[in-house]
Amino acid sequence: MTEAAAPIRTRGAAGTRWLGKLEGKISWILLGLAGLLLPLLDDSYIGTIATRAYIYWVLSAGLNLVVGYAGQIAIGWVSMLTLGAYTTAALAAGRVGPEWNSYLALLAGGAVGAVFGVVVGLPALRLRTFYFAMTTLGFATIVTQVALAWKDITGGGVGTPGPVFPWPFDPGWGFYYFCFILAALATWMTANIGSSRYGRALVAIRDAEVAAEASGIAKPKLLMLIFLLAGALGGVAGGLFSSLQSYITPDAFTFEMSVLFFIGILIGGRGSILGPLLGTIILTVLPEFAAPLVQWSTFLYAALLLVIVLVIPGGIADLLDYKNRRPLEQHREIVPRPELLPRVLDRPAAELLTLKNIALSFGGVRAIDGLDLEIRPGEVHGLIGPNGSGKTTTLNVISGYYAPQSGEVRLGGAVLPPSAAHLRANHRIARTFQTPRLIGGASVLDNVMIGGTIDGQGSFVESLVTLPRHRRDEAGLRAAAMLALQTVGLESLAAVRTDRLQHSELRFVEIARALMLRPACLLLDEPAAGLSTEEIRRLGALIKAISRAGTAVLLVEHHADLIFDICDHVTVLNLGKVLAAGTPAEIRSHREVVSAYLGA
Amino acid sequence: MFASIVSYGLAVGAVYALIGITYNVMFSASRVFSFTAGMLGMLGGVLGALFINKMGMNAVLALVAVLACGAVLGLVTEILTVRPVLKSIEQHLYVLSTLAFALMVQQVAAVEWGTEAQPFPVLIPIDPASLWGQIDQKFWLPVLACAVTIGGLEFLYRRTLIGRAFLAIAEDSYAARALGLPETRLRMASFALAGMIGALAGFTGAQMLLAYFGNQSILNFYGFVPVALGGMGSNRGALIGGLALGLFQQAANFLVGGIFAAVAVFVVFIIVLLLRPEGLAGAATARRV
Repeated sequence: MTEAAAPIRTRGAAGTRWLGKLEGKISWILLGLAGLLLPLLDDSYIGTIATRAYIYWVLSAGLNLVVGYAGQIAIGWVSMLTLGAYTTAALAAGRVGPEWNSYLALLAGGAVGAVFGVVVGLPALRLRTFYFAMTTLGFATIVTQVALAWKDITGGGVGTPGPVFPWPFDPGWGFYYFCFILAALATWMTANIGSSRYGRALVAIRDAEVAAEASGIAKPKLLMLIFLLAGALGGVAGGLFSSLQSYITPDAFTFEMSVLFFIGILIGGRGSILGPLLGTIILTVLPEFAAPLVQWSTFLYAALLLVIVLVIPGGIADLLDYKNRRPLEQHREIVPRPELLPRVLDRPAAELLTLKNIALSFGGVRAIDGLDLEIRPGEVHGLIGPNGSGKTTTLNVISGYYAPQSGEVRLGGAVLPPSAAHLRANHRIARTFQTPRLIGGASVLDNVMIGGTIDGQGSFVESLVTLPRHRRDEAGLRAAAMLALQTVGLESLAAVRTDRLQHSELRFVEIARALMLRPACLLLDEPAAGLSTEEIRRLGALIKAISRAGTAVLLVEHHADLIFDICDHVTVLNLGKVLAAGTPAEIRSHREVVSAYLGA
Repeated sequence: MFASIVSYGLAVGAVYALIGITYNVMFSASRVFSFTAGMLGMLGGVLGALFINKMGMNAVLALVAVLACGAVLGLVTEILTVRPVLKSIEQHLYVLSTLAFALMVQQVAAVEWGTEAQPFPVLIPIDPASLWGQIDQKFWLPVLACAVTIGGLEFLYRRTLIGRAFLAIAEDSYAARALGLPETRLRMASFALAGMIGALAGFTGAQMLLAYFGNQSILNFYGFVPVALGGMGSNRGALIGGLALGLFQQAANFLVGGIFAAVAVFVVFIIVLLLRPEGLAGAATARRV
């Protein structure tokens, strides 16, 4: 599949492409050089501030994936810093058993951070935003209280000395470079994750959770990995922090620090790495220039947070995103190219999808009442009926959002487990939604690539350090997504932010995303709603071509013309029951259907 | 020991319940959980001590002044941090805006008032030998305030027109607006009312909890636990949850010591939430697709 989908570049001699790559990297190169050359200033005061900024960033880099990418409001992440700091300090000082080597103690700090990152993150799987924010906050409070009380280990209010790292990273510029290297490493790894299928999946969970599930993204597993990584980075940052402070007390880990990390990320902008990095540096350095204001620093941070939330929710990254302020072409036309479908849908022959005696009621309402349905590969099956007749509910049963109270859904010989939406993608069942579920802030290409998430082979760790398999995944997904976009006729918009598209284009983007699964079965929920007549005609041709390529298509639609035009088989629902079923011609002349739904 | 667990537990539980009700009153009107609930409780104590100790007001006057301040802060919260983000697609922005505002107020309190906990004056001069003096007023004052608040809210919601309008907004704000209810003004009134309840909690609880800027985060968390346990928007749930939390916390305090009591509360909170995210008395969630 990969070699068949040669990426098409509209403009791009090799030279400009190279420049474009450099343009993206130049800010990183400058930042790296500045960090490397800073010791030339030979000013230990500046060195300390910079070291602190690096340490904060080690934590914030991980937290950025949690907050900026996954959208989880983990306010109390300072608790990871506390845990890492005390673990490292206590082990290195020999408060638990013999004195540990400082580097090993630092690793242990990271491990403790990782464990508690998962523990604190666990509630995010079930709780709503505010509840989760509250639990992280409560956890941070409790960690400080325990630190205060557990005098044997932490020294209580008196505190405990931080570790001293031996050569080569001994105090002074050695330690500076240690923190610099770790910060660079954290940046590199989180940036790798951010631009991998894992990063895209995180954003999908944040902005389009339902669609993410339909694309086979398992939220629990992914979030746990991210919390593990963010916790580990927080723990390591804590160990470094305890060494920088040289003596730690519970007072050092105030809630204000948590707010600082958080605001740094928000100033930077969600879903960006460079933005939050700059935000963290600014917030660390700023108070040094405003010494008289030091007692007001929390106030200023909070005020800044309020201003950001109210005025620029997108942060620095949004302000810098001038590429997406260029005007788009005005009268755009969507011209699908169904002839590419055989390349897109390169997969084994599809199987029959059958629903048997499905029943589902919500309270006293019988949404579906003993429904039998058979959707054959290579055919378009229309599902029509008045509002509330159970069409979308049927789709939701098939795609696993609802568990029916009785009956079963089969694909070929296999019974599909009820209520397991994220497992449907493995059966190559794809769908679109009544209101398009797309990530407005991501590019069209990224949105489409999300559809192919389950086809990635590389593991999380491989993505973390960009091993070959990760790079092959990315190239493959990118090529497949471009091909899918060409097929629906939107390749010229691949790089555009999705929230700038017209409504009709969003519908086609959803179809492209669904095609990424190389679906055996495609469920379309009112794909023609809001389209012009000409667009509906082209959509019809595309749907028909998809089915002819061997896909079983289930089409829920209100446009009777489209239904009768392209369907091979039509089922009419009324009050959750089949009112009629047959060929379009039979349905069109069915007396009850005409009176109940179509009208004379 | 038993007597002190019960008296202290009920008293501190009543404060938690009142903060929980503060959350609820704001939530019902706006579907927003505001981090300002704990702030209001903190200010009730700090401002009360300021008015009585430093400005020489008598207790009644100070109470009125504290409630007025609470109401004003409630209004500011609504106008500054809730209304601008209500329409935004990213619904969770309110978490950040209310948190930011609460932190700003807390910092002002810390700088202007000092970061040390300070004693709160005895509000009602009672002879300790008399019948009413048998139990320290710092224990029964919050309980009394809680009872009065619950009773008042029940009366408001069930017997008065404006109270029913509150309920209508809470139940279905679109339908309520279609009926011509002034949603914005009712929301402002709710926030002002919540401000008064939160300030009352802090004022009556301050003899026990002291006038201390750090009470904000403690009250924010422990005041939210009853809401989470009792179900969002349910004042009775908050009352039961708050009292249960207070008793549990005090019992744990005596049995295993203060710090592990905090851990115990947190663990129970997390476990209950994981098992029943909608709270012990809450209803399940709406459709997603």
